[in-house]
Amino acid sequence: MTTSFAFLADMWTARFAILSGLGVTVLTSLLAIIAGSLVGVFVGLALTFGNRVTRIAARVYTDFVRGTPVLVLILASYYILGTVGLRLNAFQAGILALAVFCSSHIGEIVRGSLQAIPKGQAEAAKAIGLTFAQSFLYVLLPQAARQALPAWVNVAAEIVKASTLLSIIGVAELLLVTQQIIARNFMGLPFYFFAGFLYFLVNFGIERFGKYVERRLAISAR
Amino acid sequence: MPQLLAIKGLHKSYGQTEVLKGVTCTLEQSDVVCVIGSSGSGKTTMLRCINMLEDFDDGTIEVDGQTIGYELRDGVRHRRRERDIARHRALTGMVFQQFNLFPHMTALDNITLGLIKAKKLTRPEAVAIAERWLDRVGLLSRKGHFPGQLSGGQQQRVAIARAVAMNPKLMLFDEVTSALDPELVNEVLQVIKDLAAEGMTMLLVTHEMRFAYEVATRVIFMNEGRIAEEGDPRKMFHAPATERLAEFLKNSSFH
Repeated sequence: MTTSFAFLADMWTARFAILSGLGVTVLTSLLAIIAGSLVGVFVGLALTFGNRVTRIAARVYTDFVRGTPVLVLILASYYILGTVGLRLNAFQAGILALAVFCSSHIGEIVRGSLQAIPKGQAEAAKAIGLTFAQSFLYVLLPQAARQALPAWVNVAAEIVKASTLLSIIGVAELLLVTQQIIARNFMGLPFYFFAGFLYFLVNFGIERFGKYVERRLAISAR
Repeated sequence: MPQLLAIKGLHKSYGQTEVLKGVTCTLEQSDVVCVIGSSGSGKTTMLRCINMLEDFDDGTIEVDGQTIGYELRDGVRHRRRERDIARHRALTGMVFQQFNLFPHMTALDNITLGLIKAKKLTRPEAVAIAERWLDRVGLLSRKGHFPGQLSGGQQQRVAIARAVAMNPKLMLFDEVTSALDPELVNEVLQVIKDLAAEGMTMLLVTHEMRFAYEVATRVIFMNEGRIAEEGDPRKMFHAPATERLAEFLKNSSFH
C-alpha cells in the first residue's frame, strides 16, 4: 500500500517532467517521420525512375544509411557534422539523424510499391497526354501509397522507438526524463513500466491511425 | 486530302532483334484499318510507336501533319522533349488489351482526369463531356462505380470512352477484346463499330477476323516486321496474294 501510494505521489510530483518528455518524444518522432517520408518519396522516385547517376546515388544513400546503426547516425549527426561547420543542437541533430534513417526505409518502400504497379497504368496515363509529373501525382502515387501504408506504419513505429536513443546526446525525451526521475526517487520498476506504457500508447495510436487511413483509402471491390 | 497518319520506313529493334524492318503506311480521314498477323510480327509494336509508348530507331511518323517523337536539329535526329511528346500523344487515343483503367478512380474520374489535367478543362466541362461519352457506351448509370466493380466488357467500354473523350484525331486499339470473356466481346466491338460509322479514323490490331472483314476499310497483314500484304478485306480474305497470308487465314478462326 505504502509503495503504490509513494509511486502515485512521485508521479504527481513528476507530472510536468513526464509530460514534457512525452511531448519531446512525440515532436521529434513526428518531425522526423514527416521530413523522412517527404525525402523518402523522392529517394523512391530516384530509385525507380532515375537515370543512371541519380539511381546509383540513391542506391548508395539507402544502402549506406540502412546499413548503419541508428545510434551511430545520431552520434555522427551530433558530433561529426559540427566538425565540418554544420553545428546543430542536440534536438536538431537528433531529428536530422532520425529523418535520414526514416527516408532510407521509406525510399525502399516507395520503390517497391511503385514497381508493384502494373506497367499499363503509367502507359494509360501517358496515352491520355499526362506529363510524367502528372501521371506520378494522380495515377502512380495514390496507388503506391495504398500499397505502402502498412510498411509505412511499421517505419513510423520504429522511429518512435529509435527516438529513445536521442537520450544519449541529451535530448530530454521520455526515456531520459524517466531516468532522471528514477535517479531522484529510486523507483525504477514502476517508472520504467509507466514509460513503456506511454510508448505503447503512442505506437498503438500510430497503428490505429494507419488502419483508419487504410480503410478510408481502400479501393472498393478491387 | 492530307494524310492523317503517315508512317515512313519505321525501324525498331530490341537489342539484336529487329522487330520492325521498315514499315510504311498511311491512313486518311475516316479510314478504319485493321492490322492482322501472327504474334511477334510487330503489329502491336508499330501501334505503340505511333504514340511513343515505344521509342523507334529510324523512320518518321506523322499524325495530322505533326512529326511524332523525334525532330531533326542540324541534320541530327533528337528525341523531342517529354512535354512535346505528351502533347503529341493527345492527338491519338489508345485502348489497351488489359483496359488499364485507374483502379482508384470511379469510371467518371477515369475519363475526367485527362480532360482536366492535360486539356485544362474546368471540372464541370470535363464532367459534361465524360457523362456524354459514358452515355454513348451505355454506362452512364455506372459512372460512380470503380473499375473493380465492373465487368471486363464494361471496363473496356469505359476505357474507350476515356480515350475518345480526349477528342483525338486517331484512335489506336491494341487487341482490345483479347482479354475478354467470349460473351463480352460483342458489346465492345459494337461500340467500336458505332465509332467507325461516325467517321472516327482508327487503326486496330486485332485477332477478330470477322470484325476486320466486316468493318475495316482496309486490312494490313504484317509478317516478320514488314507489311506483307494490304488492301480490301474482301479481296484479301477470299483471294490472298501471298502464301503467308493464306496460311495465316487458314490457321485463324475466320472461315
